[in-house]
Amino acid sequence: MSNKVLAKGLAGALAASVALVPMMASAGELVIESWRNDDIDIWNDKIIPAFNEQHPDIKVSFTPTPPTEYNASVNAKLAGGTAGDLITCRPFDASLELYKQGNLTALDDLKGMDNFSDVAKSAWQTDDGSATFCLPMASVIHGFIYNKEAFEEVGVEVPQTSEEFYAALDKIKEEGSYIPMAMGTADQWEAATMGFQNIGPNHWKGEAGRKALIDGSAKFTDKPYVDTFTELATWKNYLPDGYEAISYPDAQNLFTLGRAAVYPAGSWDISLFNNQADFAFGAFPPPAPAGSDTCYISDHTDIALGLNAKSDNAAEAKIFLEWMTGSEFAELYSNELPGFFSLSKHNVEITDPVANEFVSWRQECESTIRNSYQILSRGAPNLENELWNLSAQVINGTISPTDAGAAAEAGLAKWYAPHQ
Amino acid sequence: MAHSGPMTDWRKARLPVIAFLAPATIIYTLFMIYPLVDSIRLSFYATPSGGEAAFVGLDNYRTVLADPDWAATFWNSFWNNMKFFAVHMLIQNPIGIALAGILSLPRLRFRNSYRTMMIMPTMLSVVIVGFIWQLILSPVWGVGADLLDIIGLKSLFGPWLGKEGSALITLSFISVWQWVGIPLMLIYAALLAIPDDLVDAAVVDGATHFEVFWHIKLPLVFPTVAMVSILTFVGNFNAFDLIYAVKGALAGPNFATDIMGTLFYRTFFGYQLQLGNPHLGATVASLMFLIILAGVLFYLFAVQRRLSRYQL
Repeated sequence: MSNKVLAKGLAGALAASVALVPMMASAGELVIESWRNDDIDIWNDKIIPAFNEQHPDIKVSFTPTPPTEYNASVNAKLAGGTAGDLITCRPFDASLELYKQGNLTALDDLKGMDNFSDVAKSAWQTDDGSATFCLPMASVIHGFIYNKEAFEEVGVEVPQTSEEFYAALDKIKEEGSYIPMAMGTADQWEAATMGFQNIGPNHWKGEAGRKALIDGSAKFTDKPYVDTFTELATWKNYLPDGYEAISYPDAQNLFTLGRAAVYPAGSWDISLFNNQADFAFGAFPPPAPAGSDTCYISDHTDIALGLNAKSDNAAEAKIFLEWMTGSEFAELYSNELPGFFSLSKHNVEITDPVANEFVSWRQECESTIRNSYQILSRGAPNLENELWNLSAQVINGTISPTDAGAAAEAGLAKWYAPHQ
Repeated sequence: MAHSGPMTDWRKARLPVIAFLAPATIIYTLFMIYPLVDSIRLSFYATPSGGEAAFVGLDNYRTVLADPDWAATFWNSFWNNMKFFAVHMLIQNPIGIALAGILSLPRLRFRNSYRTMMIMPTMLSVVIVGFIWQLILSPVWGVGADLLDIIGLKSLFGPWLGKEGSALITLSFISVWQWVGIPLMLIYAALLAIPDDLVDAAVVDGATHFEVFWHIKLPLVFPTVAMVSILTFVGNFNAFDLIYAVKGALAGPNFATDIMGTLFYRTFFGYQLQLGNPHLGATVASLMFLIILAGVLFYLFAVQRRLSRYQL
């Protein structure tokens, strides 16, 4: 008897849970897939409530995955049909491939799409520009963040040229109370992203050099690229002891604890530094060699939002995307996440002084994006992964700058016709 | 009923036999055999960009084993895996045997405390172990350098996890530290099963503790040692988690810590701008399966048959 009761109870519970699952997912709840797990509070406390003021009937939930796992997990979820309605888009090929596989919807006819320039949209378009499949959100800018107190104490000025930059680092090293530059090579990507792609545009002349690599008229064995690696190789003199085993969070902590003078940065680091550093800090763009008439910065189109082609809530998702094209979102996003700069044409006032400093370089310098992102990371071996490995090795001193250029070129020549 | 012979009994029993075997068979087939066969099937296909998957025969295997870049990556991860395994066989298992021998000594005080402490790391999550050791060995915050300083060897300290020459060995040692409890436990259990009168007889004949261990206990636990070895082999060639937790899927520096598990992950799921390729990933997984299968078959035919077992 008691067994029967138990069995009935179990069956009832099972039926109830089966019935509950679709109920929980229905009612037009939008799920956003993202790699920005640092931003979860800002989405939940600011952005989604602001959206719900206008559209109280649409529930939105922000479900991030750690950045290094995001691509793998979102690809697997899309293939398995379990991905959320809105997919945060990596720039260029990763998202282009998702579009080609039919996982993302073209958004050209979305109202408000003309609030974005062609350059902003270029990272999320087909090669011929006929379809745009993600809504551009923000770019990030590379440069150097410095500890103002340390500079004052040691008596160095903010460098204007690369000669001044290395002289300043030498002076800080000689003085000895600060680590000249906080970075490590353990995670490899900082060496490429904050190193190679940060100082490189000054060597390869920004967009001109990037496009020359794509059409095959420039090679990684050319002077600008070898020069970039050569400059990068000198960094090991300024990095903390044991930098080979120092990870990205270690470097962030070294800087926010006030133990380092300069930090090769992405503008996304600003909000963390605002929270953790109790000293004044500023920023300067990657210094160009003396006598150069133009400076170049990496102003990288980094993040966008796309619509899952298999979403059950496509209508609601489009309402959300349309809202995102407006000035309210641009204002909210740029100011709640200092260091992520809205790609829309709206005139956004940025209140954070350091973020404002970063964005002001757009006036003085020419913008470019990371050279490995468009087209060149399509084949195997993957150029971006190669640059991580080679940049880290150049700093570690296990490969010479010339050999690093040759290795990157050999990898590209293996599959990319313009380099063969 | 009285006339029913054994035949009828078996017929009657057939239904229960099937009923008892069915759950395990179904679950094993569904969750082990089917995925294994299907991933091998997957490795014979390829998907051109935007197209449908098509049968390509052994092309994927040719790519992984014959393309110079792929072959270099694959064999690099294979040899790294062999080194990882060698450290476990030469360090973890002898230490496990020695600790089990010491624990099984008569009149050892605090036996249970030692046992608990030695098995404790095995119960920790790999992610926590990776994190703890990264902190201990960190050149910035780590206590590693300070501890070496106490014994005057600070000059020997280096960023071991970040150097091409030492990263893999360091990770192997971390893994040994974590997993030494398993051989310890299995061999300790086998040692406890040895009857006391054998040991007593040897002691009466004048054998020392070491001689008792070497000539009596160790030969009796050889079958367990062999089993521990094959478990180590299978576990090491399936390893992934510690390397991924400490070095990420790019297994740096310069792929010095890349083992077959991380190579598989990178290939199957992709990494950063590199898109995943399920077919090449399944090929790497199938090759891992073949390598493990070869190792296990070698054990079954060349080792296990030659072991002498004693009826205690």
